[in-house]
Amino acid sequence: MTVVDNIENVLELDHVESHLHPEPSYDVATHPVPTGMEEIWRFTPLKRLRGLLEGAPSDAHLTWEQQLPEGVTLSEISTEQAQALAVSAPLDRLGALAAANAGGAMLLDVPADLVVDEPIRLTLRGNGASETVWGHVVIRVGLHAKATVLVDHVGSAAYDAFTQVVVSDGAQLDLVTVNDWDDDAVHTEQVNIRVGRDATVRAFEFTLGGDLVRTSTNVDYAGPGGSADLLGVYFADAGQHIEHRLFADHTAPRTRSNVLYKGALQGKGAHTVWIGNVLIRKVAEGIETFEQNDNLVLTDGARADSVPNLEIETGDIAGAGHASTTGRFDDQHLFYLQSRGIPEDEARRLVVHGFFNDIIRRIGIPDVQERLVTAVEHELADV
Amino acid sequence: MATLEIKNLHVSVAASDDDGGSDGAKEILRGVNLTIKSGEVHAIMGPNGSGKSTLAYSIAGHPKYDVTDGEVLLDGQNVLELSVDERARAGLFLAMQYPVEVPGVSVANFLRTAKTAIDGEAPKLRTWIKDVNAALERVTLDPAFAQRSVNEGFSGGEKKRHEIAQLELLNPKFAVLDETDSGLDIDALKVVSDGVNRYSAQGDRGVLLITHYTRILRYIQPDFVHVFVAGRLAETGGRELADELEASGYDKYVKAAAV
Repeated sequence: MTVVDNIENVLELDHVESHLHPEPSYDVATHPVPTGMEEIWRFTPLKRLRGLLEGAPSDAHLTWEQQLPEGVTLSEISTEQAQALAVSAPLDRLGALAAANAGGAMLLDVPADLVVDEPIRLTLRGNGASETVWGHVVIRVGLHAKATVLVDHVGSAAYDAFTQVVVSDGAQLDLVTVNDWDDDAVHTEQVNIRVGRDATVRAFEFTLGGDLVRTSTNVDYAGPGGSADLLGVYFADAGQHIEHRLFADHTAPRTRSNVLYKGALQGKGAHTVWIGNVLIRKVAEGIETFEQNDNLVLTDGARADSVPNLEIETGDIAGAGHASTTGRFDDQHLFYLQSRGIPEDEARRLVVHGFFNDIIRRIGIPDVQERLVTAVEHELADV
Repeated sequence: MATLEIKNLHVSVAASDDDGGSDGAKEILRGVNLTIKSGEVHAIMGPNGSGKSTLAYSIAGHPKYDVTDGEVLLDGQNVLELSVDERARAGLFLAMQYPVEVPGVSVANFLRTAKTAIDGEAPKLRTWIKDVNAALERVTLDPAFAQRSVNEGFSGGEKKRHEIAQLELLNPKFAVLDETDSGLDIDALKVVSDGVNRYSAQGDRGVLLITHYTRILRYIQPDFVHVFVAGRLAETGGRELADELEASGYDKYVKAAAV
């Protein structure tokens, strides 16, 4: 079994000089301790990471509960076995630290050709903010298999995880991650997804709680015809830092990526960051990509940073674009609804619910949909 | 029997920088007087930039427009003192030239919420769904539109037909149609006109039809035609005035207003 840590070797790609393309590596030493000035760190309040960047060892774990449909297995594998999987190695220090310190990985395996209708549910519960937890998770969906996986983060911890997602050729995966932490949790995670030939992945991410949440979701493609939708909803309340970093690395022709993240901010010091990076490599002809981030700023004193980056190395693309909006309520929406007799406060609720339902309604798990709609209601109770 | 009276209406908008004016306001409507009674169809015709749409939006209460003088009375009540939604609940409806897309709010939810607000009680679920489907079908929109987000991804014609479906479902006392005919192909124009005629045929509803073209007046018979130039009515007549405008255009009125 060989350790694969460089996507160029695997996919025979040309090297690209770009800050969008950090060198993947499991070796922590290759990812220097950030000063906070680096492009990939400049938005993150490093002091609030509770020492995660120092990488002190810890044996603490989150408490796992799982509902596994027949045929789906959850098992422990060694760090070496996890590293041997054909998924990009960590792209930053936090990802490398999680893989190095977790002492092995939890592997969720959906075997080839298995079509699972009911969702696979994993609840990961933190047992207290004082605990540092290193996590390494592997989700593997076999050839032509189809599954929906819910990863539900609750409780509190200082949790840094590296998650590898292998979507084999022709497979379909809906990955729904809910970050519903207690107010004092710190959660950093790197999710590296490799999309197989003609495979489809939809990764949903809902971030509601936590003192600081910083996730990086990176997608690349093992072959042509792969499709990835990265969809997210987040709420930042006073003092919360919520950062979502997305990277679609088009490493194969005729692949597709679509990123849509929507957030609302309210309260003093609420801070959200959205980074949408797309790299279209020379080999990636005929690809299609769109990335969008919309922020609704509900009160004064909140700050939304939104940075789309698109780098194109080929002249032959089917479509590429990005959009970013940050603002208060759209007066035109309110006017239209009010002009039909709907009172202003109700019009406001409709607009905000609509803003988020746009994404929530796409999840195929009804009880999670309901839970998120309720969470939206709760968050907006004072708006 | 209801009456909508527009009396000496003056409306300004904040001038943008390229207008140059440091006083910051530009007068668009310069004393509009018009009375519409239920059962009547009034057509307002005028060249681009004459203030036709400003009149429509001012009646509906769009915050961009600043009423500096005058009144708009609905059965004696000055609607200018009401909020946008209160005007709608009082019985006014504006079919917009550019209906707004509201992402994530389904047509079904939007219509039910509006109907509940207008009537003061929720419509009966069983008949309401039938009513909505029937209204959509009458304007040749598939009932599947009820599950789509309001106006999102609708073609121009579909948006206009959706406006007319709303008109029929909400059934206001007075409807202001702001260039509902613009950009429609002939089939869609007939569908829209049929809808307006059905609404009007109830006998106790008033229509203010704002248009740039005489084409729609082949399908909707106005009782009165008004020429609107430079922020006020320049001429009022019957159906024959539209024919005259078709033949000779607005030049005569524009020149007269410029003097």
